Amino acid sequence: MSTFLQQLINGISLGAIYSLIALGYTMVYGVLKLINFAHGDVYMVGAFMGFYLANGIGARGAQAIGMNPDGFIARGLLGGGAMEPSLITALVVMLLAMAICAAIGVIIERLAYRPVRKYSRLTALITAIGVSLLLENGGQVVFGAEPKFFPELFGKRNIELFGGASINSADIVVLVIALGLMVALQLIVYRTKTGRAMRAVSFNLQSAKLMGINTDHIIAFTFALGSALAAAAGVLVAIRIPRIDPLMGILVGLKAFVAAVLGGIGNIPGAMLGGLLIGITETMVVGYLSPTYKDAVAFAILILILLFRPSGLLGTVAQEKV
Amino acid sequence: MKRILGVLIVSISLLNACNPSGGGSDKVRVGVFMSTTGSTANFGISSVNGIKMAADEVNAAGGINGKQIELNVQDDRSDASEAATIVTKFVTQDQVHAILGEVASSRSIAAAPIAQNAKIPMLTPSSTNPEVTKKGDFIFRSCFIDPVQGAAIAQFAARSLNAKTAAIMVDRKNDYSTGLEKVINETFTRMGGKIVAVQSYQEGDQDFNAQLTSLKGANPEVIFVPGYYNDVGLIAKQARDKGITVPLVGGDGWDSTQLYAIGGTALNGSYFTNHYSPYDSDPNVQKFVNDYKTRYGSIPDALAATAYDAAKIMFDAIKRSKSLDGADIRDALAATKDFPGVTGTVTFNENRDAVKPIVMIEIKDGGTYAVKERVQVEGTAAANTAAPADAAAPVPAKTTSQ
Amino acid sequence: MPRYLRNLIIALIVIAALIGLDFVFQGRMLNPYFVRILMLSGIAITLAVSLNLINGFTGQFSIGHAGFMAVGAYSSAYFSVNYGMNLANSLGGGRLGWVVALTVSTLIGAAVAGLAGLAVGIPSLRLRGDYLAIVTLGFGQIIVVFLNNIEAVGGARGYSGIPIVKSFFWIFLVAVLTIVIVYNIVNSAFGRALISIREDELAAEAMGVNTTRYKVLAFVISSAMAGAGGVLLAHFDGYLNPKSFEFIKSFEILIMIILGGLGSIVGSVLGAIVLTVLPEALRGFAEYRMVIYSLLLIILMITRPQGLLGSAAPLKAWRKRAKRGTEPAGGGPAAAPTNPSTVATQPERPAPGGENLR
Repeated sequence: MSTFLQQLINGISLGAIYSLIALGYTMVYGVLKLINFAHGDVYMVGAFMGFYLANGIGARGAQAIGMNPDGFIARGLLGGGAMEPSLITALVVMLLAMAICAAIGVIIERLAYRPVRKYSRLTALITAIGVSLLLENGGQVVFGAEPKFFPELFGKRNIELFGGASINSADIVVLVIALGLMVALQLIVYRTKTGRAMRAVSFNLQSAKLMGINTDHIIAFTFALGSALAAAAGVLVAIRIPRIDPLMGILVGLKAFVAAVLGGIGNIPGAMLGGLLIGITETMVVGYLSPTYKDAVAFAILILILLFRPSGLLGTVAQEKV
Repeated sequence: MKRILGVLIVSISLLNACNPSGGGSDKVRVGVFMSTTGSTANFGISSVNGIKMAADEVNAAGGINGKQIELNVQDDRSDASEAATIVTKFVTQDQVHAILGEVASSRSIAAAPIAQNAKIPMLTPSSTNPEVTKKGDFIFRSCFIDPVQGAAIAQFAARSLNAKTAAIMVDRKNDYSTGLEKVINETFTRMGGKIVAVQSYQEGDQDFNAQLTSLKGANPEVIFVPGYYNDVGLIAKQARDKGITVPLVGGDGWDSTQLYAIGGTALNGSYFTNHYSPYDSDPNVQKFVNDYKTRYGSIPDALAATAYDAAKIMFDAIKRSKSLDGADIRDALAATKDFPGVTGTVTFNENRDAVKPIVMIEIKDGGTYAVKERVQVEGTAAANTAAPADAAAPVPAKTTSQ
Repeated sequence: MPRYLRNLIIALIVIAALIGLDFVFQGRMLNPYFVRILMLSGIAITLAVSLNLINGFTGQFSIGHAGFMAVGAYSSAYFSVNYGMNLANSLGGGRLGWVVALTVSTLIGAAVAGLAGLAVGIPSLRLRGDYLAIVTLGFGQIIVVFLNNIEAVGGARGYSGIPIVKSFFWIFLVAVLTIVIVYNIVNSAFGRALISIREDELAAEAMGVNTTRYKVLAFVISSAMAGAGGVLLAHFDGYLNPKSFEFIKSFEILIMIILGGLGSIVGSVLGAIVLTVLPEALRGFAEYRMVIYSLLLIILMITRPQGLLGSAAPLKAWRKRAKRGTEPAGGGPAAAPTNPSTVATQPERPAPGGENLR
C-alpha cells in the first residue's frame, strides 16, 4: 500500500509538469490549429534561463557579450550573493524565466509563424519543426552540448507521510506552483476580456476579426502565455531533477503533446487531466510492469483513445457536416 | 528542369567548396570522429579535448619524425550512419593516415568496416563492446572491454563488499549498459550471489522514483548501476531521498567531473570501475591533470584521459613505423608494448584490445576518488571472447588492495 | 512502335545506364565519399517518393514513415543474417546467389513493412488531419520501443553483422522502381481516386470512390516502399540501431517532400538529394552547421511555402478543406484571409471536435 501511495505521488508530480507543458500546446492549437513542435524546446530554454538567472553566465560569458564581468549577468542571483537559497528565490527565478520565455515566444511567433500563417497548415508545421531544430541546435552551441546542473534554489527535505510513504518538499512546491499557474490560466482565459478574445479567435478567427478583435495581438499573447508556462515547467523540473541539457525538451515535449491530445486538444482542463493521466500511467507502468515499455504504453493509450474517442477525453464530439 | 539543374550544381559545388585538398604528405593527417553534439556530446567533447592536447604536445616537441600532426575533427551528431559517412570522407576525400574515434560502440561498429576496407588504422579510445575490434585487423581499442569490466564489478561486490543479494538498475536503451548488466548478472550469480530485482530506465529519463520505490521493496545489499554518470548522479540522489542507503556500484560510465555536481553527498561510499584516477599521485598522471586543468579549466575525466592516451599511442606507432602507409602504421600499432599512458601501461593483445589494469574507485566526501583496488587482467583470453561467462574467469588473477 | 515495346526499351536503357554507372562508381573513378552521399540520396529518394504518395497525392498526413522503414530494415536484415547467406551460398555463392538472396530479402522487407502498414492503416485511416499524424507518430515510436527490446535483432546494442551490399545499381534500381510505381499509380484511375480524396474526401465518396479502401491501399503501398528503403539502409553499413528510426527521421523525410513540393515526384527526388547533401556541404561551418541547416529550413518555408518545385494544388486542397471545415482538424486562420465570403456563408461551421479553446 505504501509503495502504491508512493508511486501515486511520484506520478502526480511528474504529471503536473506534463500538464503545464501540455497547456501551451493546447492553447496554441486552439487558437492557430498549429502543432507547435518547438514548444518542448521553449521549455528547455526556460530551464536554461533559470539556470543562468541563478548562477550567472560567468565572467568569460559576460565579456563575450560585452557585459560587465562582475555584474548581475555574470554572477546571477545566487552566484552574486544577491539572494540566499529560499522559496522566494525560486519564485523570482521562475517568474523572470517566464518573462524571458514569453518574450522569446512572441519573437518566434512574429518572425517564424506569422509570415507563414497565410499559407497552409502543413507549411506552418514544417516551420515549427524548423524552429524546434533551431532551438535544439542553437542551444547546443550557445549553452553547450554537455548537461548542466541546476543549483538548489531552496533547501529540500523529505516529509514522512502516513503509511510509510514520503514526499519531497520539492514535489510539494512543484505541485502547488503548477496548480496555482493552472488556476491563474483558467482565470485569464475565462474571466478577462483578453481571455474572451482568445476564445473568440479560437472559435472563428475571421469572425473575431470582424468583431474588432486585434487577432495578431491575441495570437501573440497566446504564444507569450504558453511559452511562459513552458518556462515555468522548465524551472520546476530543474528544481525537482537538477540536470538540464539542450535536448531535454524533445521527449518531454512529445509526451506533453500526447497529453494535450489525450485530454482533447484545445481544451484547458483536458490538458491538465491528460498530463496527470500520462504521468500517473507512466509511473505505474514503470513501477509495476516493465519500464522498458513505458513510452510504448503512453502512446498505446493515446492511440486507443484516438481510435475510440478521437476528440480526446474532454473534447466535444461533433458530427461531420456535409 | 533548369531549376533542378541549378540546385544540383549548387549542391555539388558546395560539396566541393569544403573539400580540403588531400594529397601531399608534409603533414601527418589524423581523422577524429566524435559526437560533439547530440545525446552523448559530453563524452565526445572530453575525448576531443584530450586528443587535441596530445597532438599539440607532440607538435610542440617537433611533431612525428619532423612532420606536424594535422587533426581533422568531425562531429557525427551521435548518429551511427553519419559516423560511417565521416570515416568514408576521411579515407577517401581527406586521405587521412590514421583515425581516432568513437566513444560509443554503436558508432565505432558502423564506421570500422570502412576503415578496414580502406586499410587505414582506426583506434577507439573508449568503445568497450567486444564486437568493435572484430571488424578487422586495422581496428584497435585502447581500453578494457565490457565483459572484463562487468566481471570486475560483480566480483568486487561479491568478494570485497561481501554482498549476497543485489539489484540492478540498467539503461535499457543503451548498449553499454545492457552489455554490462548481462555480465554482472551472470558473474554475480555464479559467485553465489542472488539478483533480487532488475529495474530499467532509459537514457535521458529524469525521474527514477518509480523504479527506486520498487527496488527498495526488494531490499538488496548492493545496487549495480551500470549507466552513464548523468543518470547515475540523479539515481543516487533520488535513491538516498527514498531512504535507500546501500552502496551503488557501477562502471567507467560514471566517471565525470559532473558526477558529484549532480549526485553530491548521495554518492559518498559508492564504487565504480575506471581507467584511472585523477587523484593518483603518479607524476605522469599529475602532469597530465595539471596541464589539462590549465588548458580547459576542469579536471580531466576518464574519457579525456583515454582519448589522450589513444592519441599518444597512435602517434607513437606512426613514429615507430617511420612511414605514413596504413599497413605499416597498423603493424607498428599492433606491436605496441608497455606503452606508458596516464591510464596505465598499454599492450595490445592478439585481438587488438588493450590489456591494462582496471581501477576500482571509491567516491569520498567532496567528490574525490580513492583507489580501492587495482585489478590487472592477465592473459589475453579474458579480452578474447564475447561470451561473458568465459571472459569473467581469468579476472581474479591479481588483486592488490590499497 | 507498340507501347509495351517502347517501355521495354526504356527499361533496358535505364538498367544498362545503372549498370554502367555502377561500374564507374565501384571502380573508384569517382571519390567514394561522393558516391556514398549519392547512394544515401538514393535511399532518401525511395523514402521521400513513397511518403509523397500518401502525404502529397492522397492528402493523408502521416509522420510515422521511419517506423515502416525500420520494420523493413530489421525484417530483411534478420532474413539476410539467418537465411540469406545460406541461400546465396547454396546457389554457388557467386554474384547470382547474392542477387537472388538480396531480391528475396528486399521482397520480404517490403512485404513485412506493407503488412505493418495494413495493420496501422486500417484502424487509423478513419482519423484525419492532425489526428492521423499523431497516431502514425505514436506507432512509429512504439515500433522503436519494441526494437529496443527484441534481443534477436540486438536490442539497444544495435544489429550488426548484416551482409554489406553497397551497390549503386541496387539502390538506384529500387529508387527508380519506386518512382515508376508512384508515377504509374498517380496517372491511373487509382491515382485519380487518390487525388480526388485529397481534393475533397466527401465529394469523392459521393462520387462513388471507396475512400477507406483507397486510402488503406495507398498507405500499404507507401509503407512497403518505405520498407524497401529500409532494406537498402540495413545492407548499406551492415549495422542497424533503433535510434536511427526515431520520429526525427520521419520528420526528415517529411521535410524532404515538403521542401521539394508536395505532390511532385521530381520535387521529392530533389528534396531528398538536397537534404542529404546539405548537412555534409555545411560541414565546413563546424558547430554552426545544424543551426544554419534549421535556419535555411525556416527561411525556405517563409519564402517558398510550396517547396522548390511544388505546384500549389496540394496546398490549396489543404487550405480549401480547412476553409470548408470538412475535417475535424480543419478550420484555422490559414484559410481565412483568402475568402471571407466563405466564412460568411457558413457561419454555423466552426471546426468540429474539441479543438476550440474552452
